[in-house]
Amino acid sequence: MPLVKDGQIVSDPYLRVLDDAPAPDDTAAIVPAARLLADAGELTRRAGPIGVLWPNDQTISELEPYLDKVALVALVFPNFRDGRAYSQARILRERYQFRGELRATGQVLRDQFLFLVRAGFDSFEVVKPADAQAFKDAIHRYSVFYQPAADGQLSAFRRRAIAHRTGAASPSVERVR
Amino acid sequence: MYHYDDFDRTLVTERVSEFRDQVARRLSGALTEEEFKPLRLMNGVYLQLHAYMLRIAIPYGTLSSEQMRTLAHVARRYDRNYGHFTTRQNIQFNWIKLEELPDAMTDLARGGLHGMQTSGNCVRNITTDQWAGVAPDEIEDPRIWAEILRQHSTMHPEFSFLPRKFKIALTAATHDRAAIRVHDIGLRLHRNGAGETGFEVIVGGGLGRTPFVGKTIKPFLPKRDLLSYVEAVLRVYNQYGRRDNIYKARIKILVHELGAEKFGAEVDAEWQKIKDGALALDPAFAADVAARFVYPDYEKLADGPAELTQARKNDTEFERWFKNSVSSHKVDGYAIVTLSLKPEGAPPGDATAEQMDAIADLADRHSFGEIRVGHEQNLVLPHVAQRDLYALWQSLYKIGVATPNVGLVSDIIACPGLDYCSLANTRSIPVAQELTRRFGDLALAQNLGRLHINISGCINACGHHHVGHIGLLGVEKNGEEYYQITLGGKADEDARLGALLGPAVKYDDVADVVEDVVATYVELRERPDELFVDTVKRIGIEPFKERIYAAR
Ligand code: SF4
Repeated sequence: MPLVKDGQIVSDPYLRVLDDAPAPDDTAAIVPAARLLADAGELTRRAGPIGVLWPNDQTISELEPYLDKVALVALVFPNFRDGRAYSQARILRERYQFRGELRATGQVLRDQFLFLVRAGFDSFEVVKPADAQAFKDAIHRYSVFYQPAADGQLSAFRRRAIAHRTGAASPSVERVR
Repeated sequence: MYHYDDFDRTLVTERVSEFRDQVARRLSGALTEEEFKPLRLMNGVYLQLHAYMLRIAIPYGTLSSEQMRTLAHVARRYDRNYGHFTTRQNIQFNWIKLEELPDAMTDLARGGLHGMQTSGNCVRNITTDQWAGVAPDEIEDPRIWAEILRQHSTMHPEFSFLPRKFKIALTAATHDRAAIRVHDIGLRLHRNGAGETGFEVIVGGGLGRTPFVGKTIKPFLPKRDLLSYVEAVLRVYNQYGRRDNIYKARIKILVHELGAEKFGAEVDAEWQKIKDGALALDPAFAADVAARFVYPDYEKLADGPAELTQARKNDTEFERWFKNSVSSHKVDGYAIVTLSLKPEGAPPGDATAEQMDAIADLADRHSFGEIRVGHEQNLVLPHVAQRDLYALWQSLYKIGVATPNVGLVSDIIACPGLDYCSLANTRSIPVAQELTRRFGDLALAQNLGRLHINISGCINACGHHHVGHIGLLGVEKNGEEYYQITLGGKADEDARLGALLGPAVKYDDVADVVEDVVATYVELRERPDELFVDTVKRIGIEPFKERIYAAR
């Protein structure tokens, strides 16, 4: 399964460590939420960075106290239609100001990329290789966004206001970022 | 009319190009039907019994004459020459080919029309009063707020994969013509004690298999907080709404299971964290949206011009139509005209391409180029000078949209039913056609006064049968078509769900039973002007039950 990070297909430095397996000291490791909550002290004393796989039906505020210790949060899309992790992502980015890697896992397909980027994700475990290839195209399909979200795009409301202030005859539609 | 700017146009065009690519991937096999399904649904494309159906949004029910011509063109070029106006201020085309969908959408996009938000588990097309901007009883034009919500919810990155579809309706009038109490969120714009305007927020209303009238969770919400509050409701719902059972996934179930008070408290807790953030509405943004609503340049005219008085006196047929289909306008000398899409014996809500073109021309001549679509599946010309009414009526009569049955027993709301819909238990359209024939006598219909019949072909309730004065719900018994009948439902400010009359009746008997119900009402009403719903409210359902089932 290809991993897309910062728009590129890259190899995954993280190792998935399940519930009771030992986490190697100097390797980046992703552990399940329950493991992190149980062994946070031990896990974060390791040399390698730690990531957590957070289920989409567990309240994200439970993760808040650990956010300065984890380098990565992986959220889950069990299927295309289940959008709970979009809310979790925005809360992590916008409310808790989480700046680490935010990874989308599960049923991640091309037609979600833009929504995911807008919700604050910056890495993606993509199901189909062809979708991973098409990542850049998919997120550049749109140049206009109506609402502010976690990606820092200006909303159309705000861009119209700027256009009026600068006296532009009609609002331009260039990309701001 | 709301005028699109470059942002709006660019977004719609980009959406069509994305969909063209998705269709190409489906046709090449790169996407399976299962993967394609949520994508086509996001663009209003359903797979029905015989073909794909395309549903186009008509935001807050306002159409320009140019847009109406675009719809006529699509009906002619890609469909079988007609379109079907729905109860949600949408239009549906029932016979579109997958390969041609992207072209149809490109043509629609040129007119600023699209299918975004007409299906899928997202925030659906925002609906409001079909008389918005012209109704004498409104405090301001609710479409400005509908448009702000439309923009905010379009391709929302967080709320495009909700547990289930999500419908928002708004009204700013005393009389609720938008049925806000049976929506996921209902917003009532009103003035508080201090003279400020803001919203009453009602959540968890809805029809379908478990109908509820919505509950008020915020009696007064300042305008600046509209987006943040709606965002908070959606965020709570997105995280905690049920996803284990499609029939329990609407917000009404969450509100019901938590209780409105607890639900309101959850929303409030979330809202406190975001209310002063990026979503706090700068009055300049709202003013900017408001500025793109262009109002007609009305003439200074007086009410009741001589031409009109004369025509009403001389032509009884015109007089009957006038009394039925013409309503008062907030500007002197003007009127609101409803065009009935319910002629005797025809499927409710259908219009042919020729009718659409003719209506567009009449809108240009008599209504400042503007047309409205109401949730009763009729059309409206919202700005007609009273002195032109007689001429307009003659033209409407010629194209078959002047049946004076608006709001009467033959103005039936019906879903597509078994003729088109794969979920249906029963046919709805033939029942509606039969009933319009039985009640075709206009004098009789007029004598009955306002009486709404609503028909749904299954429990999904697209025909809003729970809130019909008489509601018909199609059920299946041993492979046969039956109808359950409810009486006394209402969708307005006094919303209530209809009560069950008794055991379901056979398809072949349903028209007879409805006639008996109506006859019972005529006999038991207190005065000739006591409406059907008021009689049911006063005497209850028992007298009807006795009469109907004793005879059978
Ligand atoms: S009510 Fe049922 S039969 Fe009628 S359109 Fe809706 S889903 Fe189809």
